[in-house]
Amino acid sequence: MQSFSYEKAQSVEQATGTTGKFIAGGTTLVDLMKLGVETPTQLVDVTALPLAQVETLPNGGLRIGAMVRNSDLAHHPAVGKDYAVLSEALLSGASPQLRNMATTGGNLLQRTRCPYFRDPSYSNCNKRNPGSGCAAIGGHNRMMAILGTSDACIATHPSDMCVALTALEATIQVEGPKGKRSIAIADFYKLPGTTPNVENALEPGELITYVDLPAPRKASKQVYLKLRDRASYEFALASAAVVAEVSGGHVRAVQIALGGVGTRPWRAHEAEAALTGKPATAAHFRAAAEDALKGAKPSSENGFKVELAKRCIVRAMTMASA
Amino acid sequence: MAEKPTLREDQQLLDLEPLGQIGSEASASGGQLTRRTFLSGLGAAGLVASAGPLSAAAAPMGQAEGAAGAHTVLTVNGEQHDLGMLDTRVTLLDALRERLYLTGTKKGCDHGQCGACTVHVDGRRVNSCLTLAVMVSGKEITTIEGLGVPGRLHPMQAAFVEHDGYQCGYCTSGQIMSAVALLKEPVGPSDHDVKEGMAGNICRCGAYPNIVAAFQQVRNHSTMNG
Repeated sequence: MQSFSYEKAQSVEQATGTTGKFIAGGTTLVDLMKLGVETPTQLVDVTALPLAQVETLPNGGLRIGAMVRNSDLAHHPAVGKDYAVLSEALLSGASPQLRNMATTGGNLLQRTRCPYFRDPSYSNCNKRNPGSGCAAIGGHNRMMAILGTSDACIATHPSDMCVALTALEATIQVEGPKGKRSIAIADFYKLPGTTPNVENALEPGELITYVDLPAPRKASKQVYLKLRDRASYEFALASAAVVAEVSGGHVRAVQIALGGVGTRPWRAHEAEAALTGKPATAAHFRAAAEDALKGAKPSSENGFKVELAKRCIVRAMTMASA
Repeated sequence: MAEKPTLREDQQLLDLEPLGQIGSEASASGGQLTRRTFLSGLGAAGLVASAGPLSAAAAPMGQAEGAAGAHTVLTVNGEQHDLGMLDTRVTLLDALRERLYLTGTKKGCDHGQCGACTVHVDGRRVNSCLTLAVMVSGKEITTIEGLGVPGRLHPMQAAFVEHDGYQCGYCTSGQIMSAVALLKEPVGPSDHDVKEGMAGNICRCGAYPNIVAAFQQVRNHSTMNG
């Protein structure tokens, strides 16, 4: 591991005034530093910043501090009551130990588990080494993305939490050298395109301070369904976060996001459009799932994810309308 | 660079003590050799036999030449340890094992995937392999050595013995630290709930059913008493 200086920031201003890399839970960063993928020379510890609270906003929404640990957020009464999809997503991710360490802000910046990205002995990774090519295309690609891919990168976004936040239409509050701004989660994650090294909308020095959730939708049913190789402690092959309002046998409103299949947390707008106002039946769920995966581009080993993601949507919708 | 040879000297003194009497362990066993003190001594003997690696072995313990350091004080099992200017790269796991000789905490995957390194920081279970030591300076750390001692085991340790919650034993301290923390976490009553709560600890020998039984016994016993 490359040597790095260390300082603990006592205020947001102090943190954003540095050129160092922020560290909180460290569950991604320390791992990648050991692998030689991340090589910061300066770490700024942001765990002492006063951003560890969950509070209700005047508009009835919820403000989650960036330093709130995943386990605390999952078990927070307000989250369990009004944002169950977020609680379920958090508890389906990683292990209890990692959830005790990982923070809300850090999870938003979780890096891909692409084995070629994680192994610097492969020089060809456009995400790690822009312009060098992609070892995953034509390589082992069973776990790779099928939505939002490009000729430069097919790496999957690994987070569960961010899939739930996408379905909930969260807003990310950031603070940087140029001041504060809000970023809708739909605009936060970048498609890989020709620059897979640029993963999000953060500017240099910007720190995630809060994640805001809109006021809970009344009578909404929320489901996070995660399908994976093991029953627990494993990344998703496909997952679906559903926030649905179903009454009188009809889908009144619905937000769906997919995990494990996209290069970023994937909002399934097509499926939502196909379902809104329609009867909550298996046939309609299946038709919506077909729409959601229309643009899928599987690689040589992950064609199964197309069907798996469709069934994931159908099952999650069935659960949400039960 | 600031002077920092004292730590290395301490280190060498301990390491070079033939079949070294390392702290409480030796006294706990009434001066008798335990497997661990014997192996520690053997390690030192190995170092003596080949003079070359001596400095090489000592170097990573302190602060490598030219590497950044930060003043680190670890409070482990109620005792404060001033590690001086510690290389910022040292994980909590390596600090515990290589600096404080608390070798009960095990290094498995070293990437947060197996749970063998599980310890408590301020009462919460974490993977010490992904925790930088400098970041937990001043926090309360509990390791398996702080739970119980031979003859006065923590109920979870006793339950693991009773239920054979291990075979090779390598994952056991991590399993027990995890299980003790789980007692205070929101977890449902079923065996399935316990398995999910213990999912961060891998056991290659497959002692899972016995681990679940040990946990359930301790929990049900505590409930009856409390």
